[in-house]
Amino acid sequence: MTHLLAAPIIVPALAAALLVILHRAPIEVKRAIGMGATVAVASAALAIFSETRSGTPLVYRLGDWPSPFGIVLVADHLSAFMLLLTASLALAVLLYAVQGWDTRGKLFHPLFLFQMMGLNGAFLTGDLFNLFVFFEILLIASYGLAMEGLEVEQLRATLHYAAINIAASSVFLIAVSLMYGVMGTLNMAHLAERVAEVRAEDVGLVRAAGLLLLGVFAVKAAVFPLYFWLPAAYSHAPAPVAALFAVMTKVGVYAIIRVTTLIFTGGEDGVMELTSPWLLPVALITLTFGTLGALGAQRLATMTAYLTIASIGTILTGVASGGEGLAAALYYLAHSTLIIAVLFLVADLLSRSRGAVGDQLHPGPPLRQAVPLGLAFLFGGATVAGIPPSSGFLGKLMILQSTMDGMMVIVVWVVILVTSVLTLVTCSRAGSIVLWNYIEPDQLAHDRPPRAGEWIALAALTGCSMGLVIFAAPVTHYTGEIGAQLTSPGSYIHAVLGSGQDDFIRPHAMDRVR
Amino acid sequence: MAVGIGIMTSCAVYLLLRGRTFPLVLGLSMLSTAANLFILSMGRLRPGVSPIVAAGAEDYADPVPQALVLTAIVIGFGMTGFIMALAARTRHRTGSDHVDGAEPVSERRPEQGP
Repeated sequence: MTHLLAAPIIVPALAAALLVILHRAPIEVKRAIGMGATVAVASAALAIFSETRSGTPLVYRLGDWPSPFGIVLVADHLSAFMLLLTASLALAVLLYAVQGWDTRGKLFHPLFLFQMMGLNGAFLTGDLFNLFVFFEILLIASYGLAMEGLEVEQLRATLHYAAINIAASSVFLIAVSLMYGVMGTLNMAHLAERVAEVRAEDVGLVRAAGLLLLGVFAVKAAVFPLYFWLPAAYSHAPAPVAALFAVMTKVGVYAIIRVTTLIFTGGEDGVMELTSPWLLPVALITLTFGTLGALGAQRLATMTAYLTIASIGTILTGVASGGEGLAAALYYLAHSTLIIAVLFLVADLLSRSRGAVGDQLHPGPPLRQAVPLGLAFLFGGATVAGIPPSSGFLGKLMILQSTMDGMMVIVVWVVILVTSVLTLVTCSRAGSIVLWNYIEPDQLAHDRPPRAGEWIALAALTGCSMGLVIFAAPVTHYTGEIGAQLTSPGSYIHAVLGSGQDDFIRPHAMDRVR
Repeated sequence: MAVGIGIMTSCAVYLLLRGRTFPLVLGLSMLSTAANLFILSMGRLRPGVSPIVAAGAEDYADPVPQALVLTAIVIGFGMTGFIMALAARTRHRTGSDHVDGAEPVSERRPEQGP
């Protein structure tokens, strides 16, 4: 049994612990450890990706306990895809951060690694309670990262963010234990089997637990009406941190996809189908409100934060239509994660070269490196709005195609197309104010100009985004494979539970909850 | 037990909605306590038996919820400690214990003195 699957969790955990011990070490040492660990995680993600290409999910039983008793880590196509996406984003963002951002807070590097550990763990775990634990790890790291710098605005935004997420965590616990109380297991593959055997009188309880669970994931994914914490928290977080957070909302989406394709698939009589009546409307409302928020934003970072919400809406629109829509949604997920990171980084570079005006949408002093910054912003804006031939265009096109045969087809098309136009208006407005409207500078901007490493990080992210267009065929083929594997969860369940699964039922589980 | 958890949760929700940082912290810790009690009761409450499967044991409590609740308590303590520190810091920096960092207009006290 290979220990490869544990690497994306163990490596950042050990490196982060080492960094906490070495918190007085010179910044170069910290950067080397942080970078080294991130590179190691990225190569582990790549190895897991190539191992899972065959289509059989990899399973790692911690302590070699037989499932469903022990804790399992499972890597199927979807997990491997998310791991690879997180690792690429983290590499680029860390490269950006080590150009000077990481000196603002003492604990940037360990928190960054703990965040990666939480993200990777959430993608790999095959157990609902461990999903909770990894959510907490990534959240507590993200609170620390969001407050980096300790400005008043940041403290306030983090207080709201932390309060909402801690309350959501309690609800998560209640949902998880309710599931355990009724079904006697927390292993997701085992739950998928068990859910068909739930007695008729317990169906309501399981549905309630499932809906609570989905509500919690909706908070993490910032789905309407639970997104109000996001704009403040993301727009006040340091730019590289906000860029890393681009993947954090996607953890919520990942969890929604995982439980709806594995556990709450509907079954034979469809009583366990939890998402169909509301997921599509909610996704469309999220998309609309996110776009409107971006249109009304007064700062580039706030605009990008609202565009994050809009991207979640678009992804869930694809998820709600299932089948091909799931594949299209995953392509769009990769695209939006990369491009939102690009936009956060560009907003940071622009705000730094505009002195006191910062990233507010007011005319500022002339920019020093106007042409490359302008091009980067143009690229980001065009891609996020979905101008052909960008990856945003391809993603939206595939989502539109996948909703062709639904009842809501007209509504979906209208909402997606209108919000695309509004996003274009938002980005053009922001771009023309920031890049073309000059005022005579009272004082010259003293902030440091963009450095080579920051350009490289930005170029890497834009390159990945362009790569999604150039290699659209293999990528969509792969997301199609993910979608196919998700819609027939048999291989996942078989890989986790194995064949000769004795039907051990815990002594008091499955009897009526009193 | 169920009624106790219910009362506790509703008190917690009330405190959360007060919009002040101290009730907020109190409400969050109360909510997590309620969640912990809920986990424990989901393993079926069986007084007087040990949560260990020993050879020849006739009756035993389900050990899993106890393991879960231990983890949840540790995480809950960590989170409560964190938000307490954060609330204290915000109070110190903004001079107000309202969660928005400033007194809402409707509750602002009339200016005193000349």
